[in-house]
Amino acid sequence: MPHNTTDTGTPERIFIKGNEAIAHGALAAGCRCYFGYPITPQNDIPEMMSYALPDAGGEFVQAESEVASANMLLGAAAAGIRALTSSSSPGISLMQEAISYMAGSELPGVIVNMNRGGPGLGDIGPSQGDYFQSVKGGGHGDYKLLVLAPATCQECYDMMVQAFDLAFKYRNPVMVLGDAIVGQMKEPVTPWKPAAVPATEAADWRLEGAKGRKPRLLKSLFLEDGALAGQNRHLQAKYAAMQAEAKAESFLTEDAELIVVAYGSIGRIAKSAIRKLRAQGHKVGLVRPQTLFPFPGPLLRGLAEQGKRFLTIEHNCGQMVEDVRLSIRGIVDSAFYGHMPGEMPGSDDFLAPILDAMGGK
Amino acid sequence: MALYQDVIMAGFGGQGVMLIGNLLAYAGMNAGLNVTYIPVYGPEMRGGTANCTVVVSDEDIGSPIIQRPKSLIVMNQPSLDKFQPRLEDGGVQVLNSSLVDASQAEARVRTVAVPANDIADKLGNTKMANMVALGAYVRATGVVDLEVVKKSLTSVISAHYSHLIPKNAEALQAGFDHAG
Amino acid sequence: MQADERLALADDEQMAFEVPDVLVDRATHYCPGCHHGIAHRLVAEVLEEMGVVDDTICVASIGCSVFIYNYLAVDSVEAPHGRAPAVATGVKRGRTDKIVFTYQGDGDLASIGLAEVMHAANRGERITIVFVNNTVYGMTGGQMAPTTLIGQKTTTCPGGRCRDREGMPIRMAEIIAGLGGVAYSARASLDSVKNIRAAKKAVRKAFDVQQQGLGFGFVELLSGCPTNWRMDAVKANTRIREEMIPYFPLGVYKDVTEGEGVC
Ligand SMILES: Cc1ncc(C[n+]2csc(CCOP(=O)(O)OP(=O)(O)O)c2C)c(N)n1
Ligand code: SF4
Ligand SMILES: [Mg+2]
Repeated sequence: MPHNTTDTGTPERIFIKGNEAIAHGALAAGCRCYFGYPITPQNDIPEMMSYALPDAGGEFVQAESEVASANMLLGAAAAGIRALTSSSSPGISLMQEAISYMAGSELPGVIVNMNRGGPGLGDIGPSQGDYFQSVKGGGHGDYKLLVLAPATCQECYDMMVQAFDLAFKYRNPVMVLGDAIVGQMKEPVTPWKPAAVPATEAADWRLEGAKGRKPRLLKSLFLEDGALAGQNRHLQAKYAAMQAEAKAESFLTEDAELIVVAYGSIGRIAKSAIRKLRAQGHKVGLVRPQTLFPFPGPLLRGLAEQGKRFLTIEHNCGQMVEDVRLSIRGIVDSAFYGHMPGEMPGSDDFLAPILDAMGGK
Repeated sequence: MALYQDVIMAGFGGQGVMLIGNLLAYAGMNAGLNVTYIPVYGPEMRGGTANCTVVVSDEDIGSPIIQRPKSLIVMNQPSLDKFQPRLEDGGVQVLNSSLVDASQAEARVRTVAVPANDIADKLGNTKMANMVALGAYVRATGVVDLEVVKKSLTSVISAHYSHLIPKNAEALQAGFDHAG
Repeated sequence: MQADERLALADDEQMAFEVPDVLVDRATHYCPGCHHGIAHRLVAEVLEEMGVVDDTICVASIGCSVFIYNYLAVDSVEAPHGRAPAVATGVKRGRTDKIVFTYQGDGDLASIGLAEVMHAANRGERITIVFVNNTVYGMTGGQMAPTTLIGQKTTTCPGGRCRDREGMPIRMAEIIAGLGGVAYSARASLDSVKNIRAAKKAVRKAFDVQQQGLGFGFVELLSGCPTNWRMDAVKANTRIREEMIPYFPLGVYKDVTEGEGVC
């Protein structure tokens, strides 16, 4: 385990990249299998897992493709094992079929996407162009992933632990959606040890041989009359129940006239812009969704009811803004600033859009 | 006002700017502060310069990417051309005057010129010019204690090269003294 | 060689060789000692000698050589990682009178794209595949490839490739030769002048069988990646000779030019 403890037993801070924090967090969460295929900008994750996971008694496989990685994840999940795959945008596209099968068969697994610029081969720089793919299902059929969006290296660690817990709690794939900024930057991280994974995790559905009980079947094919409709109703009820997991960071929202909504790296960059504008007396605050599905819509709606105005900032051409608008519909609209993927964003880029949205105030 | 400092360090690949970026970040962490470090990669990497950005603060840090930095460490001429125009008015820049034409320093910023290569040469190894520059930077900004920086050398120099730590500490001190 | 340097040749100097026109005169992005440049050059020379430059369509794959389209002045399309043989199938079926080739690395062709290359070969697509085997994923920073040798250390097999865990390196020229639609399959090496000459003949043959409508043409080129092998160019050439060739024997594994072709 990645534990660096001082004499007093206080966990020390370790200075690591977001990608490394993802790997450390997965190990702490009891991840037993990693499957993946190289792609920039997330190679630190498989490279670290290739030695750290065998050292921790787990299995590392470099798959022949992301199609295979995701299906290996499906297999390990069926066996009730905590397993992980990671990739970046083009590779995540290739995983969508298996992810849809996992959602349909209610199999838990964690998928990390270090979002890069697209469409197509795009570039290797940061982007939030995969928001829709992440939160609206991504593959075929009506399904949802739980989607967590870290903005700091500590959150990379913490959210991996949370991701595995949520995946098994809901028997659902969970995506951790970062980008090339949070993956490549380094920050101090305080590792912590979550409670050990109980040996009985998934005991009521996992496949381990049918000794002494009826054979089990994990599947997404429902041909009998009404069966698929029943499964879809069940899934929808589960997705509705997930709303309880919605989480966001609120920063200076209380007296704010304008709420900036931004997630991940863009959320923290927006925070710098907001600090600058606050220093000049502008009443602006930030809501940074930490879960993208479930979306913290009720929080935004509450703020809209207080008469606040909204600006959504994304590193894409306008995706999450649709969810913001849905959340506050009938009360107020949200303005939008999209920083173009392919260009590095900085807090200065957000100053004018924020002032604009404040109506020049 | 809360403690806050950000810096872009830039030079040729091989001048060790990533190393001193990490070192300053470790020192900030070891001093109990929040820090971020981000190397620049992507199209900018092909310009012949390597650079990284470090932010040190006692508050939680927002952006790790800085467009208009409060300070610079400039190890070569192309880096001066590229980053000086971005430096905030009243900001501080440490110039490696062995390789950078210090007469091009703008009056709107505070410039500390250090012949880092020459000083490192005198200490026995040009490669330590990066440490000389960082030492000068620490003096010029006071962002962290020089002793903490020296103590943090073990975090960035692998055990295999640990015999070089005293020399690097000397180089940090020489830069610090020069900037006085 | 840069254009201005060529102009600067003194009167008494002679050009030792001509740069093929189809090869674009520009600074390379490849690392010093990388063999992709040599492989590009062989393709360029062959296309020129065959007189088909203006009738050629290149399908670029994803790897360090994705930028082949910056160096070869032919019509080009970029395929997703591993899918170049399928993309080439589409191009060729759409334009049966054109010369269509893919240029793929070992990760691209022998890992993620194994299904596509096997089926294109098996169908006997009239396309040519130039396969650059450097035993690593060059572009992404030196991870294990399907061709990585036993014991070879990479960033994802830091202890060295192990037969029990990662299996044996895949010998593509032999596998391709075993498929029905293949007219020509050979392996050559770019480590020395002598081997480069032989490699050019193999590249030519792999294009000839396409032009003659005989079937699928495949040529594997053993190549160096000094950067990810963490050695200089000279040592990289030695490694090809001492470690790669013994496991990946050079030679022609299938050649139907004497007969009627395939299917
Ligand atoms: C679907 C997908 N997965 C992964 C990648 C990342 N990727 C780019 S190039 C490459 C491998 C290149 O290796 P190889 O084919 O051997 O070519 P080389 O660079 O060694 O010449 C990979 C995995 C990608 N672009 N798309
Ligand atoms: S990384 Fe390897 S394959 Fe890629 S250009 Fe450099 S030497 Fe060639
Ligand atoms: Mg390769």
